[in-house]
Amino acid sequence: MGCLYKKTFLFFMFCSFIVFLSIFLVSCNFRPALSGETITIWHWMSDRESAFLELAKRYENQTGIKVNFELYAPSDAYTQKIRAAAQTNTLPDIFGILGEKRDFASFIKAGHICDLTEEMHKDNAAWKDRFFEKALRVNEFKENNSFGVKPGIYGVPIDVTNIQMLYNKDLLKDIGLDPVIPPATWDEFLQLNKFLKEKGIQGLVSGWGEIWMIDCFLSNYAFNIMGEDKVLATIRGDVPYTDPDWIRVFELFRQMADEGLLAKGIVTMVNKTAEQLFANNKAAFAFNGSWCVNVYKGMNPNLNYGAMLPPRVSDRYPMIIWGGAGSSFMVNERSPKKGKAIEFLKWLTDTEQQIFLARETNNLPANKYSLKDIPEVLSQFADDMDNTTHPSVWDVAEFPVVIETLDKGIQSIIIGEKTPQELAEEVQAIKERELAK
Amino acid sequence: MKAKSTIENYLFVLPALIIFSLFYIYPFYKVFTLSLCQWDGIAPFNFTKNFVALRNFKELLFEDKIWWQSMAQAGYITLIALTFQNALALALALACDRDIKFGNFYRVIFYLPPILSEVVVGLVWRWIYDGNYGLLNYWLQNLGLSHLVRDWLSDPQTALTCVAVIHCWKGFGWGFIIFLAGLQTIPRELYEAAKVDGANSWQIFYKITVPLMVPVFILVSILTILGTMQVFVLILSMTGGGPGYHTEVPVTRILASMVGSSRFGYACSQGIVFGAILMAVSFVQIRLSKYMRQA
Repeated sequence: MGCLYKKTFLFFMFCSFIVFLSIFLVSCNFRPALSGETITIWHWMSDRESAFLELAKRYENQTGIKVNFELYAPSDAYTQKIRAAAQTNTLPDIFGILGEKRDFASFIKAGHICDLTEEMHKDNAAWKDRFFEKALRVNEFKENNSFGVKPGIYGVPIDVTNIQMLYNKDLLKDIGLDPVIPPATWDEFLQLNKFLKEKGIQGLVSGWGEIWMIDCFLSNYAFNIMGEDKVLATIRGDVPYTDPDWIRVFELFRQMADEGLLAKGIVTMVNKTAEQLFANNKAAFAFNGSWCVNVYKGMNPNLNYGAMLPPRVSDRYPMIIWGGAGSSFMVNERSPKKGKAIEFLKWLTDTEQQIFLARETNNLPANKYSLKDIPEVLSQFADDMDNTTHPSVWDVAEFPVVIETLDKGIQSIIIGEKTPQELAEEVQAIKERELAK
Repeated sequence: MKAKSTIENYLFVLPALIIFSLFYIYPFYKVFTLSLCQWDGIAPFNFTKNFVALRNFKELLFEDKIWWQSMAQAGYITLIALTFQNALALALALACDRDIKFGNFYRVIFYLPPILSEVVVGLVWRWIYDGNYGLLNYWLQNLGLSHLVRDWLSDPQTALTCVAVIHCWKGFGWGFIIFLAGLQTIPRELYEAAKVDGANSWQIFYKITVPLMVPVFILVSILTILGTMQVFVLILSMTGGGPGYHTEVPVTRILASMVGSSRFGYACSQGIVFGAILMAVSFVQIRLSKYMRQA
């Protein structure tokens, strides 16, 4: 009996050990070590997966080095994975960062990202010179930056993007606009909407349920109405959000809502739905990024549309749109294959590979010598790259809670719940609270 | 010999204790530690450097109006779930408890919504509610009720209720199954005796079913409150918390702090306060139910 008891006990302990070992290995993200000749890349770009796999195959054929692209989508899940991996020091050789510049800076300061400045400047800056300047700026930290990061270039842009307005040529022709010349000013835009309404056509559609798109539209007009210096002064806390220029910017949203210019349900609409509406000729204008070319092609290959800068309100300052690097890759500072990872990124951003990527994915290449054979609409996007900016290239960053209050407040203006003045006061109060901390 | 036996006993308990400590006590300790810090979730964590004492809790309890708005909105959804959802579940359980034709078929049908993916349910209903080409507006127009047509999820008057209704539709199956199981434990002889004594259906329900079902009502209420207060996926897939903050709930706020603003410490303090509120509600409910049973 005693022997049986002992055996049962030992069996139980053995089983417990196996269970613990399994749990330990799973929680430590255990996986078999890849061979020394394999570079691992984590990314979130499901639309580019097949093109990446093809390029990986080509690279292996050329160099014998295997490149293992691992896709983690959607982007939220990817962001979580990257952060968790940073905490456990299990980041891959190459990865991308989604988020704000302050997150990027935190990764650098934590020693996860390799400084590529020296590599970029080798051979008379051959690598650096192949990129659009704006694409590289997103990955660059200047001298005395507010994030406290050592100046340098920390990422490699894979493609560039910018966010503009799209207009449906067929719908504008339907209301008698022939030849189709898109509205250049805000008044023309509102005037055109009256004709659209008469025909029962919706005006502007965009995924303003995703608040960053509101932020983007808002920034465009803030730059146009008050200029870059004043916008940045506001972020620094030197100009209040209750300034008349800011109220004028907020007023534009109320104007659009009052004029019935915005598509139904725009305040909770995700961008995918907005893209479907525009692709199916349900709205005359869309506010979307250059990635839309690929999306619209898939949804409606016959869609007849063009890209334009958002109609300007003021002539005092230029219309500046969001743009720059679309997606970038960073090299893991702690990776033993750092050198090979850098060599691969050099190859990936070379003209031939960039032409292939642009052709396969309909995204603007980061390499400025790879712009041939791109669709007409995409070249319209490319033409406006000089007019781009992005919060990532500003030397100051707004508090996330202020951005959220601002964007959610815009939704409230659109649904008639708040006035521009009320929003301005609310945002300023939050800003002052954050500054006081 | 006694010492050996004691050691063996402890050894038997050890695996469970290790699992409990590893997956319950340590994470809770970690969350509590983080709630006292300001940390972005990326930089290496240094307690001394990141320590801000109770600042996160102070901000949450006294300055964050949106947090309390989200609590109230989750409370509204919970109220609807407690009343309409559970009333529907009980009514259907009562119907299925009788010897009706296709009883098993109905049981399967009523239990379908809870096993569907919440994301899929959210996306399908978002399409049904859509203001542009939604099925609901289409039906309303065809039924001559054009005056009711609206942007259901973008209108602050209707957005939260729309989400609450879908939550109830998705959740009533759980209550249905538990109520049905409870009803089937009531001895049939009691009903037969009541009938012999001349009791009508209402009297049977009120005097026999309800008192015997009190423990089941309590269980379902607690599960409904805990489940509904933590509603999250449905909100994300249907409205994303909008328009404005009208469909924000505590879990979406925690996510916004953690992912949107990179404020891990603040998110942890939100989690602790939220957990404490849920525990308090459950505690009050259990005390109340004990009192009711005694009464």
